[in-house]
Amino acid sequence: MTSPYPTPELSGRKFFMNFPVTDTSHALDAYRARGGYQALAKALREQQPADVTKEVSAAGLLGHGGAAFPAGRKWSVIRPDDGEPHYVCMNADEGEPGTFKDRWLLEYVPHMPLEGLILASYAIGGRHAFIYIRGEFDLAYRRIQGAVDEAYAAGLLGENILGTGYALDVVVYRGAGSYVCGEASAMLASLEGKKGWPRNRPPRLTVKGLYQKPTVVNNVETLANVPVILALGAAEFKKTGTPKSPGTQMISISGHVERPGVYEVEYGYSWERFIYDDCGGIQGGRALKCIIPGGVSTKILDANEIKGVTLDHLSAVAAGSQLGSGGMIAVAEGTCMVRLARVIQRFYHHESCGQCTPCREGMGWMERVLDRIVRGDGRPDDIDRLYHISNANDGTTICSLGDSAGYACTAILDHYRDEFEYYIKNGRSMHDGRLAVFDPFDGAVPTPLYAGAGA
Amino acid sequence: MTQQMKNIQHLLPEFERWKERYPAGFEGSLTIPCLRRIQEERGYIADSDIDELVAYLGVPRTQVDEVLGFYTMFTRTPLGTHHLQVCHNASCSLRGAEGLIRYLCGTLGIQPGETTPDGRFTLSTAECLASCGTAPMMMVNEAYHENLTPASVDALLEELAK
Repeated sequence: MTSPYPTPELSGRKFFMNFPVTDTSHALDAYRARGGYQALAKALREQQPADVTKEVSAAGLLGHGGAAFPAGRKWSVIRPDDGEPHYVCMNADEGEPGTFKDRWLLEYVPHMPLEGLILASYAIGGRHAFIYIRGEFDLAYRRIQGAVDEAYAAGLLGENILGTGYALDVVVYRGAGSYVCGEASAMLASLEGKKGWPRNRPPRLTVKGLYQKPTVVNNVETLANVPVILALGAAEFKKTGTPKSPGTQMISISGHVERPGVYEVEYGYSWERFIYDDCGGIQGGRALKCIIPGGVSTKILDANEIKGVTLDHLSAVAAGSQLGSGGMIAVAEGTCMVRLARVIQRFYHHESCGQCTPCREGMGWMERVLDRIVRGDGRPDDIDRLYHISNANDGTTICSLGDSAGYACTAILDHYRDEFEYYIKNGRSMHDGRLAVFDPFDGAVPTPLYAGAGA
Repeated sequence: MTQQMKNIQHLLPEFERWKERYPAGFEGSLTIPCLRRIQEERGYIADSDIDELVAYLGVPRTQVDEVLGFYTMFTRTPLGTHHLQVCHNASCSLRGAEGLIRYLCGTLGIQPGETTPDGRFTLSTAECLASCGTAPMMMVNEAYHENLTPASVDALLEELAK
């Protein structure tokens, strides 16, 4: 089997997508042939735990889960030799709509994040580590579990790793269907066998995390960068990307582009060049209407707003949004933004965990308002109502699910208020109301599979 | 527990092996993996499964009940042999998820949330399965089916209906 994703021809340095994917390229032997686990061997034999953290801090590695928090700073809070148990948890609960880059890493280079997990555990003095993978993943689960099994068999996990005396056990923990468990404190509650409810900070998870002990939670891609940093050295790593966003970003792009898929982009790459050249532009030669930059929780940018912008954290923030999780969704001109907003809000309502009142009530309320607009029963004050609920949510809940829903909705309202006003006034979409530019099921007549089935 | 566990006795050796990789004293963590394993076998979680798991792990019954209610992948009632879950989040909607759902409803004669009368197919909608670049897609039991077209759906359903 070969990769279902296009082989990107982007210029720029690559740390992950730099080898031909084959049936066996994910396996331990192939990874070792590419230099895998040399960083781990060197660290365990020649470096102190604090040296590893120092190198990661010096490299300026930013978290790749969405918040771009400096990984080294997170690790530095924990004192590896304070005699307490410490844990590292790899966040592989990839569920932010539009995001599927961790899935690529887990399926095609599972040993890279695993090596990073072992290095992170060594750095903070961990004896047990966890990989929390979303429950629906199948191949990605089998690949990362297979990598863990291979690592145990090769003496890279378990007692006395590589004969150095360091011991680490790793559990691959499968979720059971919950978006909010991608939030770190909810994830740890889930790992304890409970419902995934986030909790307030302080105390931070690096002070009281899993089983009430100091815990680091890092995204798959963040951990996959760790062996790269140790192999290259912080100084060399920083030569990639931009000064404030060193390294590369795995970007998963979907929606109305000609060539959706996963691409590894060196920070600082031209956003327009990425969309119009590398991804083949918009389906059917249509114009780009807007971009959801990093998962549906980030604010949309229209075609003008990405002009001259580069793909790195500073530029994305200056343009009015964020790179988030690298889950980019392109939307073609002619798409009904009212209906798209409703699809997005249905998701937030479905995933609200029900713990905090503003989110529990607000998510459903917003969906009902959008629902009646789409049905043609919108009321003149519904736009103000959506702003009101979004603002009431902002900052009043434990986690940011409700905030994000508000940002996503109000950013669409800010840009396309006229479409909402038109829909409310006329009871129908300003466009043709469709979300798919090309619907492969257009005109397809279903044949009932059963006698009497089908309508 | 001295009494033989009717439902999960044969799974206990597997559960015991799992414990070896966890720090000691945190057996409660196994609640979700054990429930997944039980459901994998039977297709749903019965009341008697909960009784036995509570006794085995020593966790409060409310914890198990909460977990079963909270996570969408657990079910307390049997589903069809083939559980079709169609993603209808943003990216999939932009690539034709709505058409796919309509097509499946027509082919199977059921609406999302329903099971065919012979118990072979259950149709559900799902929120983002991280398959956005290969939309429209659906999950059939454990397996992902991507870049779906009317022809590929027909072929798949015929295969499953055999």
